[in-house]
Amino acid sequence: MKNSRFLAAIGAVLVLASSLTPAFAAKTDITVGMVLEPPNLDPTAGAAAAIDEVVYANVFEGLTRFDSNGAVIPALAKSWDISEDGLVYTFNLNSGVMFHDGTTMDAEDVKFSFERAMAEDSTNAQKALFADISTVEAKDATTVVVTLSKPNGSFLFNMAWGDAVIVAPESAADNATNPIGTGPFTFVDWAQGDKVELARNENYWGNPVALDSVTFKFISDPTAAFAAMMAEDVDAFPNFPATETLPQFEADARFKVIVGSTEGETILSTNNQSPPLDDVRVRQAIAHAIDRQAIIDGAMFGYGTPIGTHFNPTNPDYIDLTGQSDYDPDKSRALLAQAGITDLTLRLKLPPPTYARRGGEIIAAQLREVGINTEISNLEWAQWLEEVFKNRDYDLSIVSHTEPFDIGIYGRDDYYFNYDSPEFREIMAELNDTTDPAGRTALLHKAQQFIADEYVNGYLFQLAKTGVANAKINGLWENSPTQANDMTGVSWSD
Amino acid sequence: MLLFTGKRLISLVLSLIAASVVVFIVIEVVPGDPASFMMGLNASPEAVAALREQMGLNLPLWERYFSWASGLLRWEFGTSYTYKVPVADLISDRIWISLPLALYALALSTLIAFPVGILAASKRNSPADVGIMGATQLGIAVPNFWFAMLLVLAFAISLRWFSAGGFPGWDEGFFAGMKALTLPAIALALPQASILARVMRSSLLDTLSEDYIRTARAKGLTRRQSLWRHALRNALIPVLTIIGLQFSFLLAGAIIIENVFFLPGLGRLVFQGITQRDLIVVKSVVMLLVFAVIVVTFLVDIAYAIADPRLRSGRR
Repeated sequence: MKNSRFLAAIGAVLVLASSLTPAFAAKTDITVGMVLEPPNLDPTAGAAAAIDEVVYANVFEGLTRFDSNGAVIPALAKSWDISEDGLVYTFNLNSGVMFHDGTTMDAEDVKFSFERAMAEDSTNAQKALFADISTVEAKDATTVVVTLSKPNGSFLFNMAWGDAVIVAPESAADNATNPIGTGPFTFVDWAQGDKVELARNENYWGNPVALDSVTFKFISDPTAAFAAMMAEDVDAFPNFPATETLPQFEADARFKVIVGSTEGETILSTNNQSPPLDDVRVRQAIAHAIDRQAIIDGAMFGYGTPIGTHFNPTNPDYIDLTGQSDYDPDKSRALLAQAGITDLTLRLKLPPPTYARRGGEIIAAQLREVGINTEISNLEWAQWLEEVFKNRDYDLSIVSHTEPFDIGIYGRDDYYFNYDSPEFREIMAELNDTTDPAGRTALLHKAQQFIADEYVNGYLFQLAKTGVANAKINGLWENSPTQANDMTGVSWSD
Repeated sequence: MLLFTGKRLISLVLSLIAASVVVFIVIEVVPGDPASFMMGLNASPEAVAALREQMGLNLPLWERYFSWASGLLRWEFGTSYTYKVPVADLISDRIWISLPLALYALALSTLIAFPVGILAASKRNSPADVGIMGATQLGIAVPNFWFAMLLVLAFAISLRWFSAGGFPGWDEGFFAGMKALTLPAIALALPQASILARVMRSSLLDTLSEDYIRTARAKGLTRRQSLWRHALRNALIPVLTIIGLQFSFLLAGAIIIENVFFLPGLGRLVFQGITQRDLIVVKSVVMLLVFAVIVVTFLVDIAYAIADPRLRSGRR
């Protein structure tokens, strides 16, 4: 009796104590793990995806932006009008927007940002996004008129890229190390090699964010990433590198596993001018020799969606053409015989990511089944860029093309596939001139069908986005329509 | 002694010059253009060309060598291609992780190795000796990164005594910093301690069979007394050599351990520099490490001369 009263008293004290400790309030800070550290923090001067993964939507904003599903929505521009001929875009900017250093953001900054990106000595990695702009005019503080030299149906989409964010003339030169944008988080500190810290922007023009601070922590080793999640040193790892450990996280109530899709079309890149790959029958034979599901299971632990053309399956304009290059070794052998190929050895040059290294071994085995030998060489990224991408000294490679909506690369002069087709360029030119949605859809179907019929590359799978997070975190992006860790909608539940 | 030191100094300077030329050339011939690496798959050729110009990659080779080498003398290494901050800043941030880590590991390794080695030597062929020899054999054989993972599993994931890695910065206080370096230092120290203990033991056993030890025993010292008074000091020279080598190794060779514990140290800086083709960072850090190794070797040489007067005259 005495005992139970004593226990009850202790219990009451504990309840009281626990209600007083702030530990039970929802957290407002988050530590996010990333595999690669950004080389700098200026999204307008460098192509590294890791830059956007830190600053996109968090620190910097453009006229438009991508939402979590890849749709283009208003950002700094609250609305816009497009002229009849599709040449003149009038953007109405939000008023009262300030950069983090206290200077105001107005039409002149937009003009500055675009002209800086288009300039002769610009080091903007996506200069092509601005190629069709002929003039940018600041009509008044909140109105910008952009005139294009020819209609461009993707212009609003292009302006949503991280490379098209608005920067200020006062701070643009130092954005690489001290980024000053208009976003809901301000840059606090970057301990190179370790982490980047952001804090809430109290003067943000838009909807306030739930988090007080965000820390991006760079952990490249998969085992270390696993340990950091398990020890709860890191709260979320949106692109988790140790895919094989995901079942362990799924089984643990502390965590949730988030599986989505990226913009990464993973392809068996083919040098279309290296004989005998200049023969479409040989390329088709390779396509039929590949068992996509075996690659997804063997190299990606089952995560990934098979694709039959260079287009994202989550895009409404996607058409499923996987049947056209289904796994059929007999057909493959027949095609090779038809093309008169008997003893063929191809150079398969692989960049570092797991999908390439593991996928390469599986593809080599599959090609051997139909009588094609491969010589595998493993390259680092810089070597790969030099040998494969720049000098085109390769036959086959495996790489994920992670830029959104990049089917246009098939119409580029001198791209590393060495594919040259005036007909395809025609389709792309027509697409650029078309602004009505139905017409664009039809043209996009045509373009997807065209490269599938030509078997330009081996189309493997859409790269999955597999992430791990604390079960109490809400609002992380499931898919990756652009490479970003948008923290604006993220919060903790208690 | 002065002549000896002078000779050593000249050889130090010549080694540094030779090393700088070799480092520069080796890194320049590595394939891969830093500019195209930074601009990525979709970049236009004009943007890449503009960046090459900006980075000074179009200057002749010798001009680049001299501007780099003369900068080294002034502790100016140039600006990192990728981070866009002075390399000297990057290095000075990271050296405050790598250097304490190396010293911590070296201290642990010495603190373990000395008593263990002396115990094994003084109780030669006893069960303790056999046990120590077996354990150190294992310590050498176990890869330090694997041992590091075991430490993380046990102390970070299961017991939650330490974080799984990372470094809070010295601003958080000395103890927070040392705590973050503890698991990495243990992982680094274990194999080193095993090697050092074995060297200590065999070196002691060698000196214990010398004539002067027999003389010491003959004049009435016990085995233990002769070991402490005469053998130990004379056995130190090979041990000192190994400690010198180990320090260089710990400073330069912690790349894998730094990756396992995601510590932003010099090793990881070099590793990242290589993969991102940040050649100026790689060149400078490698040169700094070469410098450290050469200086440590120099100091060890001087230490020999102090320990053994016969070495000073150069007539060995």
